[in-house]
Amino acid sequence: MIVRSMSALIARDLRLAIRHGGESLMPLIFLFSVIILIPLGVGPGPNLLAAIAPGMIWVAALLASLLALENLFRPDLDDGTLEQWWVGQCPASALVVARLFSHWLITAVPVIVFAPLAAQMLYLPAEALPVLVLSLLIGTPILSLVGGLAAALTLGTNRGSVLLSILVFPLIVPVLIFATGAVSAAADGMSARAHLGLLGALLILAITLVPLATSAALRLNIE
Amino acid sequence: MTRMLEAHQATFARNGEAVFTAVDLALDAGQALIVLGPNGCGKTTLLRMLAGILRPWQGKVIRHCQPAFLGHLPAFKGDLSCRENLAFQRRFHGGTGLDENRALARVGLAGLGLRPARTLSAGQKRRLGLAGLLVAPRPLWLLDEPYASLDDVGCELVDRLLSDHLSEGGAVALSAHQRKPVIDVDLVRLELAAAEVVS
Repeated sequence: MIVRSMSALIARDLRLAIRHGGESLMPLIFLFSVIILIPLGVGPGPNLLAAIAPGMIWVAALLASLLALENLFRPDLDDGTLEQWWVGQCPASALVVARLFSHWLITAVPVIVFAPLAAQMLYLPAEALPVLVLSLLIGTPILSLVGGLAAALTLGTNRGSVLLSILVFPLIVPVLIFATGAVSAAADGMSARAHLGLLGALLILAITLVPLATSAALRLNIE
Repeated sequence: MTRMLEAHQATFARNGEAVFTAVDLALDAGQALIVLGPNGCGKTTLLRMLAGILRPWQGKVIRHCQPAFLGHLPAFKGDLSCRENLAFQRRFHGGTGLDENRALARVGLAGLGLRPARTLSAGQKRRLGLAGLLVAPRPLWLLDEPYASLDDVGCELVDRLLSDHLSEGGAVALSAHQRKPVIDVDLVRLELAAAEVVS
């Protein structure tokens, strides 16, 4: 029952994303505009670009995730589909997980798929590519989870996006530090295990606490 | 008689003030409850609380079966077609009712299955909401103003759906203003009174 409700929600979100089109292309456009514009700004030297590549790709992934947060719950609140989450047997926190999973699929997966190409354009050493992809796979779900909590908390405020960014930024600084640390370490030929381990710990923390907190925050906004 | 829904001294509060006076009710299979009262006395709030969307401030609400709530908001996506919206509701609520086309025909929307839901008129949107009750049958219906924006034929449709649902052993709680349900079953009346404002 729970799995069926969750999969129904994910399937509908993906269908809506495909129908809107732009929503799923936006993260990629974002990634590649950063990758193409930065060398124009800082100069095309391979050494410099390789050094800033992990940070650039990660910042692009982060902003792409942030862009879509405003519309994570608001359309559902406005058209009444959100209140239906509390009618019936599926716990709302499970539906929060489903919604955040589809947000991750739409905003993060395209970036993860094209990150190796973007990294090659910035002369990142090839041996760092697996770690880059791994860091994105572990780190981007944390962005979706933390962002989802902030989106739920600011749902009741009229112009929530400013507040939302202020809430999200301090919480995702550790993710950015450990993820880019992992990729830089791999590029320098060192082990990235420590960084990735800490990133994994953050993911576990977020996955256990965020769905409960988010559903509580959503409920406050519905009441 | 199977008990469907109970409320014991239940009330809801906004900003620490009760919205309506405490409600006691019990609803059995085959029974219909109508919530009456002037505007602003908390009928919608009561129905939302009975559905589980709002938590009672005092007292408690016990649901013995899965409820369905139909409120003022359409609760479907304008960018999806009518059929897609119903297919979602069926999967989401774990429904085994009518298929989408039959449900649409039943509520008088036959042939509109591929239309995006946002292009429907207000009355047609209400009808699509009713179709949602048919694709995913749930024993307890909580309907907030089910007659709003419906034409005469639509109102008769609601009466017919209510009669069928009650005769199949379902239960209904609804709020209504101008039009009252015209059905064979006796309505249980609940006069809701707004709580006195302590100033």
